[in-house]
Amino acid sequence: MSEPVLETRNLSKSFGALKATDDVSIDLIAGEIHAIIGPNGAGKSTLIAQICGGLTPQSGSVLLNGRDISNLGTSERAQAGLGRTFQISALAMEDTVLENVTLGAIGQSARPWRFWTPALKDYELKQRAMAALDQVGLSAAVDQITSTLSHGQRRQLEVAMALTLEPRAFVMDEPMAGLGAEGSKAMTGFLDGLRDQAPILLVEHDMDAVFALADRISVLVYGRIIATGTIDEIRASGEVKKAYLGETV
Amino acid sequence: MMQERTINALVLAGFVLLPIWALATDEPFTITLATRTVLLALAAVGLNIALGIGGLVSLGHAVFFGLGGYAMGILAFHAQSFTPLELGPLTIAGTKSMPIIWLCAIVVSALAAFVIGLLSLRTTGVYFIMITLAFGQMFFFFSISWSAYGGEDGLSIWVRNSFPGLNTLIPIQFFGLCFAALCLALFIHWRLRASPFGLTLNAARQNPARVEAVGLSPIRLKLLAFVISGAITGLAGALFADLNRFVSPTMFSWQLSGELIVLIVIGGVGRLMGPVIGAAVFVALEHLLGGLTDFWHIWLGVILLVIVLFSRGGIIGALTGKAGPHV
Amino acid sequence: MSTILIIEQILNGLQFGIMLFLMAAGLTLIFGVMGLINLAHGSLYMMAALAAAALAGAIVEIVVIRRLYAAAHLDQVLATFALILVFSEGTRWVFGSFPLFLDVPSYLSGPITLPGGIQYPLYRLALIVIGLLVAFGLWWLTVRTRLGVQIRAGENDREMIAALGVDISKLYTIVFALGAALAGLAGALVGAIQSVQVGMGEPVLILAFVVIVIGGIGSIKGAFIGAILVGLTDTLGGIFLPQFFKLFMEAGAATQTGSALASMAVYVLMGLVLIWRPTGLFGARS
Repeated sequence: MSEPVLETRNLSKSFGALKATDDVSIDLIAGEIHAIIGPNGAGKSTLIAQICGGLTPQSGSVLLNGRDISNLGTSERAQAGLGRTFQISALAMEDTVLENVTLGAIGQSARPWRFWTPALKDYELKQRAMAALDQVGLSAAVDQITSTLSHGQRRQLEVAMALTLEPRAFVMDEPMAGLGAEGSKAMTGFLDGLRDQAPILLVEHDMDAVFALADRISVLVYGRIIATGTIDEIRASGEVKKAYLGETV
Repeated sequence: MMQERTINALVLAGFVLLPIWALATDEPFTITLATRTVLLALAAVGLNIALGIGGLVSLGHAVFFGLGGYAMGILAFHAQSFTPLELGPLTIAGTKSMPIIWLCAIVVSALAAFVIGLLSLRTTGVYFIMITLAFGQMFFFFSISWSAYGGEDGLSIWVRNSFPGLNTLIPIQFFGLCFAALCLALFIHWRLRASPFGLTLNAARQNPARVEAVGLSPIRLKLLAFVISGAITGLAGALFADLNRFVSPTMFSWQLSGELIVLIVIGGVGRLMGPVIGAAVFVALEHLLGGLTDFWHIWLGVILLVIVLFSRGGIIGALTGKAGPHV
Repeated sequence: MSTILIIEQILNGLQFGIMLFLMAAGLTLIFGVMGLINLAHGSLYMMAALAAAALAGAIVEIVVIRRLYAAAHLDQVLATFALILVFSEGTRWVFGSFPLFLDVPSYLSGPITLPGGIQYPLYRLALIVIGLLVAFGLWWLTVRTRLGVQIRAGENDREMIAALGVDISKLYTIVFALGAALAGLAGALVGAIQSVQVGMGEPVLILAFVVIVIGGIGSIKGAFIGAILVGLTDTLGGIFLPQFFKLFMEAGAATQTGSALASMAVYVLMGLVLIWRPTGLFGARS
């Protein structure tokens, strides 16, 4: 079995007396979608922040392709190949769709220090940007101002931004958030095909999507992983039932 | 609704035609007024790069204006009094050559912007506004205390500095020089904004988290913008001091920093010609209303209030019907 | 340098600090609750020393400020900067540029002997006491009363408390008026030891901002500590720095250099605090 693409080892973070992340060790192997689920307040956002770089854990480490990235900042982890999507779309709202994906392309090139050639006329940047837009199906909206996009289109753009990076692993924070039935189906279909490009650590609330996509599920409750396994294993788990439903039925 | 391009062309044309007309009708004072406008615009164009593209609300940009002015003042002072400037082990003869003075002004301002930016960019929001203000005040009070260069009374330079091939004492020639500097700064803003750097800086203003997520550092981008911005404003300061043949601590004042922001807002934040239109409005008000009443600031306040409450894109925003960048 | 002089200057520094605190407390309340930077607060300080501060505050809030809550910081700064211009010049137009000299009431004039044999002006001591009483009152207001609870809750989540039935508009007007009143009180009290004139607002305005930034926006405790720090730095710096420079410069230059550097000292203090704590001593960490 090859080493995991993304891995956390004994990640712990407390805020005063509150243990937001309690000794979390999960991994993501090539070609899989590993879903993280859990009731509200379980600490999913805190966990993502520690993986992607916004929060420093008190102990534990994060590894990408075997390399310890625990001491790297957010932008450095992105450069190393961690492609993140946000629960609430983080886009430059005043800019056009093309400008946003071009931003992603510039990021991938790691060379923003160019002052002469117009960014939108640069051939390589345009290629990369359009490739990402084509992949998510947003090419028609190239020149639209991002604030005028529908919610579903913004979620697509959010994913396109991660694609421009050509990441080694995706960390997606509730990509289904706010999508209706149609949008969720489309996004689910899209993510299904995406796992071959790079594995996805998928934090999600939408159980239909989770059961349709996940190769493995980990359940996070009060900062601790109480179970990890296939969909069937998790469905059958007494621990999980107790966490979601209270006392065992 | 007008196109922004049309507005830009008209404004530039106006700045070319007005002094020519003044020359033809023998009104040197109008040329001086136009020069003053151009230099305030230049200072504001510098600020607009940090503010309009980068979203950095610097209430201390007068620091660079003053540094440029004092760079000119100190070098020219030592030249005109035939005393060398002693900086520790180095002894520098003063100079009255504009190109050298400009180079000094730009380098000093850029260095200051680097240090101030490095320290200030640890903060955001109101705290950033206040720490930039703090640096401005530090320089302001320091210059008052430095009696070697006039202290509170300021420093007079007897003769305007020289530029090879021109007679800088002739108003229209000096105007030409200043206008050329303004055009260069506008050109820099224009190319910068369209470049990859400009695109990433503009995105950093709107959503720093997004910029980090694509692998870039918003703070480094903003720092570079701040340095470029400071350098341009510094050049404006050196020219401004040359226009008045006088430099004083008021070039460091927070009121001036505030006025630069106001200029940009009146014209249109982030727009190429925003600072230029704003400077024209400001100087026009100062000149036309200032003659009528001592209280013309009231009207400036009213205009500003109206713009902030009702038309945040400033004059360009109102004319083009498109709101500009949101800072 | 006698001990008496040092103690006297410390007391002066405290008195100045406490007056600054009154200004700053109102400002930090306003910004903390309403998220509004009110640059025009300084002009209010000035107008208040002339009359009717709370009334002016309420009117301004209702007419202008209400439109600005949702606006970006820059807009708020600008709008209130605009208001300063209007107020400043308007007042100058209405009242003229000549300063007003107010008198210290006779029962508060003259020196009082403190423990240790030090003579200190009774009026200034009264200011310190009044200021401390107001500080206590504010503490009691924010910690013990319902209004205080609403104010503190409002600092954290405006929309939530509106959803819970608190009348936000009325709350904001009260907070703004309270802030203005505090500024007015400070102005009126100080009016007796300093002349009242246009432009008296601006230097104090800036210092009040420095205070709340050092203390952390929204924190009354921060405003208090910040104000004392600033008051002491400014007063003690103003006395001791020129003395320090007299050691190796001649008197005139020493005084000029010393007092200018003293003015700088407060900003250096703020700069250092922000570099160490980017949101002030007690401000909310993002």
